[in-house]
Order: sequence, then structure tokens, then C-alpha cells
Amino acid sequence: MTRALQVRGLRKAYDAPVLAGLDLDVEPGQLVTLLGPSGCGKTTLLRLVAGFDSADGGTVEVAGRLVEGPGAHLPPERRRVAVVPQEGALFPHLSVAANVGFGLPRGQRTGRRTEEVLELVGLAGLGGRMPHELSGGQQQRVAVARALAPGPSLVLLDEPFSALDAGLRAQVRAEVRASLHAAGASAVLVTHDQQEALSVADVVAVVREGRVVQAAAPWEVYSAPADLGVATFVGEAVVLRGEAVGKAVDTPLGRLAVGAVLHGAVDVVVRPEQLDVDPRDGLPTVAAVVADRVFYGHDALLRLRLPDGTEVTARTPGSAFPPPGSSVRLGCRGDVVAFAG
Amino acid sequence: MLPAVATALLALAPLVYLVVRALEDGVGTAAGLLWRERTAWLLVRSLLLATAVTAACLVLGVALAWLTTRTRLPGRRAWVVVAALPLAVPTYVAAFAWLSFLPGLAGSRGVGAFVVLTTCCYPYVLLPVAAALRRADPAGEEVARSLGLTAWQAFRRVTLPQLRPALAAGGLLVALYVLSDFGAVSIMRFDAFTRVIYNSYSSAFDRTPAAVLGLLLVAVTLVLVWLEGRSRGRAGYSRVGQGGPRTAALVPLGRTAVPALALVGGVTAVSLGVPAAALVYWTARGASTSLDAGELLPAALTSLGVAALGALVTTLLAVPVGVLAARRGGRLPRLLERASYLGHALPGIVVALAVVFLSLRVVPALYQELPVLVLAYVVLFLPLAVGAVHASAAQSPPALEEVARSAGSSPAAVLRRVTLPLAAPGIGAGAVLVFLTVMKELPATLVLRPLGYDTLATRLWTETGVADYAAAAPYAALLVLLSAVPAWVLTTRTGERS
Repeated sequence: MTRALQVRGLRKAYDAPVLAGLDLDVEPGQLVTLLGPSGCGKTTLLRLVAGFDSADGGTVEVAGRLVEGPGAHLPPERRRVAVVPQEGALFPHLSVAANVGFGLPRGQRTGRRTEEVLELVGLAGLGGRMPHELSGGQQQRVAVARALAPGPSLVLLDEPFSALDAGLRAQVRAEVRASLHAAGASAVLVTHDQQEALSVADVVAVVREGRVVQAAAPWEVYSAPADLGVATFVGEAVVLRGEAVGKAVDTPLGRLAVGAVLHGAVDVVVRPEQLDVDPRDGLPTVAAVVADRVFYGHDALLRLRLPDGTEVTARTPGSAFPPPGSSVRLGCRGDVVAFAG
Repeated sequence: MLPAVATALLALAPLVYLVVRALEDGVGTAAGLLWRERTAWLLVRSLLLATAVTAACLVLGVALAWLTTRTRLPGRRAWVVVAALPLAVPTYVAAFAWLSFLPGLAGSRGVGAFVVLTTCCYPYVLLPVAAALRRADPAGEEVARSLGLTAWQAFRRVTLPQLRPALAAGGLLVALYVLSDFGAVSIMRFDAFTRVIYNSYSSAFDRTPAAVLGLLLVAVTLVLVWLEGRSRGRAGYSRVGQGGPRTAALVPLGRTAVPALALVGGVTAVSLGVPAAALVYWTARGASTSLDAGELLPAALTSLGVAALGALVTTLLAVPVGVLAARRGGRLPRLLERASYLGHALPGIVVALAVVFLSLRVVPALYQELPVLVLAYVVLFLPLAVGAVHASAAQSPPALEEVARSAGSSPAAVLRRVTLPLAAPGIGAGAVLVFLTVMKELPATLVLRPLGYDTLATRLWTETGVADYAAAAPYAALLVLLSAVPAWVLTTRTGERS
């Protein structure tokens, strides 16, 4: 089966290089999130794939068809790539139904397909409204419906939830994800919000300095990051200096297990939720003093100082919440990740 | 792209041909005409009038702007509107009004022209300065006060410099307006450029002097535009830093409220009251003796007809230029837009001359026919329409057009289905503005109108010329009434949106 999107060695420079030989694959029906800090080239990639800009080098194939490459630049309207921009960008002069039907052939614009797609995004019956009569979340779902209506080969979403307030965001995210999957659409979603990237995606592609440094399932990117940069960018991380001896590593937290065989000085990545304060099951521990604490309700973060002066952060249930100055025992659960330093 | 190029060429052609015509009898002849004492005096007279009117407008404009935006002037909100109204009075209507009461104002000393132009033009300074005062962050003045400056020092050292772009822009508008005005100087019989050019064109067999003088006037206006661009300098006038600016606290006037009221009330009473009184008085007198509805109606219909035609053609031609400039930066679109803006700096009488020469040479059959008149309107008022199209097309986010492209629409379909429908209200407002301006236009209409065509403006001009004020008044009154409708549409519509 041909890939929905295949990007190879894509290069683009404006004043400075933005994309430096980027590779990306999207399998049919997959939702891939591009995760990276602002300015890493995510949005540029979307614009090149959509055809709003042309590349300096490399190729883009959509559903097996070359749309961008040396001497080839298909105009946006012939790529069958739909976009959902930030803040939706609904046509303010058209009704919801006319927005959704915008990309359909003239005869079908008012037909059943529009109602069908509106139903898919959970907005059946709202076709007669004007965009400004909808809530922010509804507008965003109309934008998704408009993208899905013509049955595109690929849907591109550029930070589609950033304009929504935090309470609404998680819900709209889940609804959009469900709509994309129900339509069987292949999609690329750009975000700088790691929680969003991890919770929505089938595959997370971490972008740094114009390249994809790791593309894998969300849990894999989190538990087996490709390098120290990915580890610290995706999720919170405690980085400790350590000395590797085979499948174990000596750290200020004691001897910890690692997945791979390593030797010599390493950087050890420990997730805050791996650290257990005053464990009751015989987990090996070291002494620590609580330096500071932040309470979040469902859990809390403790900043702890080890005897050698190293500071680490532990995530604890909201019920275990010792005050600063308390002496505690600290253990580490599960394998840790280490990178030769 | 192609229609935009065609429009820009159309806007440029008359001016190019004016140059050709002026030099037709040889560079020596042209230089000889320029190098005469009469020409030098003409230049001096025109510049003196422009300088005097501009200075008076700057003083009145700043004073009224400050009083209506920053002080507790009684009835402040109403004054804001009333003080800007003289903008709607055509100079030839004001000139007719003053002359009908004080015939002694006319003549070569220029008092009449000065009074009429000042009372009609000071809003060009008032409006941008008042806007700048409203925008200026009062925190700057407060900081200056806390550093030990008095209120007046703070105004002079902090606020006034911020007003500089507004003053320069407003002052330039006034100077350009005075140089290109035909109605006031011709009715007040002051020999400024436009009147001399018109007389030279209509009385002499040889039209080369008119062309040469027209070219000189264009040169003077271009120098003014260039000076204004330079005066802005490089200083940044926008606010630096974050946070919403507050509105300034209003200064209580105390005992000075009475003279302040007298100033604002006096200026508006003179600017609006004199024309209004003249219209009412002479119309009433005329009605009892010789009101001829049989002549009034055709003139009104002609005015409306040519204004509608002018607005339609100008707007249609403006769409490609405006959309192109708003959507695609780059050198050519910018150049095309600049070219279409040229009419802004050109006096109506010069454009009329240029169009006459061009039509006589290229399509003599159309000389003094409707298409030629419409062409003059296009050259003169294209900037208004292009500005409106550009602004409204620039307002909709480019993301909308990108989405439309991705949804399978070709660039032409995007224009038809997204860009134009979204810009339609703004383009409509531009068309109304052109309509309004064409209706009030005098010199080009006077020179280019087809035989037997009389608009309200040309009738008013003719009757005033023979001092038959009672006969002139109904045309003026009807013109003001008819102009009020589109003006009202414009203000209420823009009010709704803001």
C-alpha cells in the first residue's frame, strides 16, 4: 500500500536554513504529530507539503504521487491535501454548510456529503449557522469537516487547538481525533505542546533544527528517547551524571538498571514518576531532604536534595506531601535510560 | 496581473501625454514660457496662498483637535463631529456663499480665497491630529510631568513631537488641496495656477502655455509630496512596549472654557454657518422670483448619472490593482499601485487638460464626449478606489485563501469565491466615496463635459460667475442635499463596523 505521505531530504531556507534534509513517513490512516519547539521548521514543512511555498531541495510524495521535487511543483489545488489552519480560518461570508461544501464539485456542494461530514464531526443540523454563531471548539470542528469533505489524501493541521482555552482543548482534541479516525483520514498535526502530541498521535515525530530526530509511537518516544535532547524535550526529566557498568549504572541514587549495555561516563534520564518517596516494598533507597514542594491537587512535585548536593524532582501522590526540611528515603522504580556523555 | 497593468497605464497615459504636448513646440518655447516674469509671479502668488492657508489650518486644526480630544470642553462629543463637517462643503459652494454676502472679497489680494480655503480645509489637519492625540499614550506626558516639566512643557516636548507625522500629513493635504483647488480661486477671481491655466486654455487659440503651466503645477505638487515623505524621518512613532494604552484624563478648562467655546463655536459658525445661511437666504429669494425646476432637474440627473458612471468604471478598474497590491508584495504590484496613486497629487484642471490633449490626438471623435470625461474621473479618483480595495482585501487573513486553494480552487476561483465576497463591503464603500467626489468635482467636468451637459456644480459655477446668486443657490442647495445621502451612508456604515 502506498504511503499517504513520504518526505525525503526536504530542504528550505529563508534567511537561515529552516529545513535541513527532513524525512517523514505517514502510513494510510495514521495520525502523525510533529512535535518541536517554535522555529524548528514544523510550520514550514506543512506549507511545503500543502504547496503554499516551494522547496529548495528534496521530494514530497502524496499518496504515491510526486507533488514537490526537483523541477516539480504542483499547485495547492491539485495536491488533494487539505489544511486546517490555526484558529480554523472559516470563510466568514459563508454558512457552515457552504464552508464544509467549499471544496466539493459544484453540483455536490449542497448535497448529502456536507451533512454526512458534519455528522462525522458531531455537528449535525448546524449547517445553517454562520461561523460567528459557533463556539471556538465548534468552529474548529467545522474546519476539520471542511478539510475532510472532499476526501483528501492527507489532512494537515497547524496547531489547530492553540486558540482554544485549556478546558476546551482536551475535549476538542479527542473529538477531532475521533473524527479523523472515523473518516480513515491520514493526517499530520503540528504542535509544540508535548501533552497534545503524546495524547493524540499514532506516531510522534520529534523535529529539531529542521530534521526529524525520532519518529515512533508516543510511549516509545517517552520511554526510549533517541537522545538526551528528545528525552528532556518530551516529558519532564531528571538528568543525573552516572558511571555505567554493563547493564547497570551507578548514580547518586544508587545502582540503577538500564535497558542497554554501556560503559563509562553517562547521562542518566529518570522520570519524576519513577522516584518513590519512603517506599514500603523494600525498594533500595538513599537518604534525601525535601527542599521545596509544589502541590497540583491530583499529585505533587517534590524537589529533593541528595547527600552529595544533587537535586532531583519526584512526582508523588497528593497524599504524600512532606514539608520542606523533612528527611525522607528515596528509591527509583523500573529501568532508566542512559546516554553516553 | 494584466488588467492591473492596463489600469496603471491608463492612469499614467494622460500625464505622459501632457509632457509630450507641453514640449511639442520645442523645448525652447516651453522654457521661454516658464522663464517669464508673469510665470514667476504666478508661482509666488500660488505658493503664498498655499503657505498662508496651510499655516492658518495648522493653528486652527491643532487648537480644535486638542480642545475636542483632551479637555472638558462643554459639549465635547458633539463638537468632534461638527468641527469636521466643513469637509463636506465644496469650496465653490463656500466661495459662492461668501461672495454673495461680501462681493468685496473677490480680487487679486486673495483675502476671499484665503478665507474660503481655510474654513474648508482646516479639518484636514484637525482629523489626523485628533486621531494622533487619541492614540498617543498619556503615560508619556505623565512621566514628563513627574520628571519636573510643566503641563505646557510636557505638551511641547512629549506630545507635540508625537503629532509630527499627523501635522506633516495634514499640512501636506491642505497645501495640495489649495494648489489644486479651482472652485474657490476662480469664483474669488484670484489668479492662482488653476484659474490662469483654465483661462489660458479656454480663451487662447494656442494651448501650449496651458500645458506648460500645468506641467509646472505638477512639478510643484510633486516637490510637496516628496518633502512630506522626507519630513517623517526615521523616528518611530508607535508605542514601544506592551500593555493597552489608557485614554488621557481630560483637562478641566475652568475659566478658559468660555474663550475655548467661543473659538470652536466661532470657527464652525463661520465655516458652516455662512454657506448654510447663503443657501437658505438665496434659495428663498430665488424661489419667490425665478426658480426653474425645468432646469434644476436635468442638472441633478446629469450629476447623479455621471457620478454613478464614474464610480462604477473607477471601481471596476481599481479591483485588480488593489487586490494585487494587497495580496502579492513585490516590486511590480507596488509600482502599479504607485502609478495609480498619481492622480492624488494632480490638480483636476491639469488632468482635464491632459485628457483633452490625449483624446484630441488619439481619438478625436471622442473629444468632449462622455468616455473622455469618465477617463478624467478615473485618473483623478482611482486612488480613492484602489485604497478602499487594497484595505478591504488586506483585512481578510491570507490563511483563508490558502485553505481555498487546498480545497481545490484555482487562483481565479479563490478571487471569485473568497477574496471578492469578503472585500465587497469595503469596495462598495470605496465606490460610494468616488460617487460623492465625482458629484462635487468641478474643473474637469467644466472642461470635458459634452456639449449641452450641465451638472449641478457647473450650473452653480456659471450662475455665480455672472453674480446671479439667487439663480445659483438652488443648484448649490440640491448639490449639498444629494451629497449628504452618500456621505450619510458612508459614516453610518463605517460606524457600524467599528
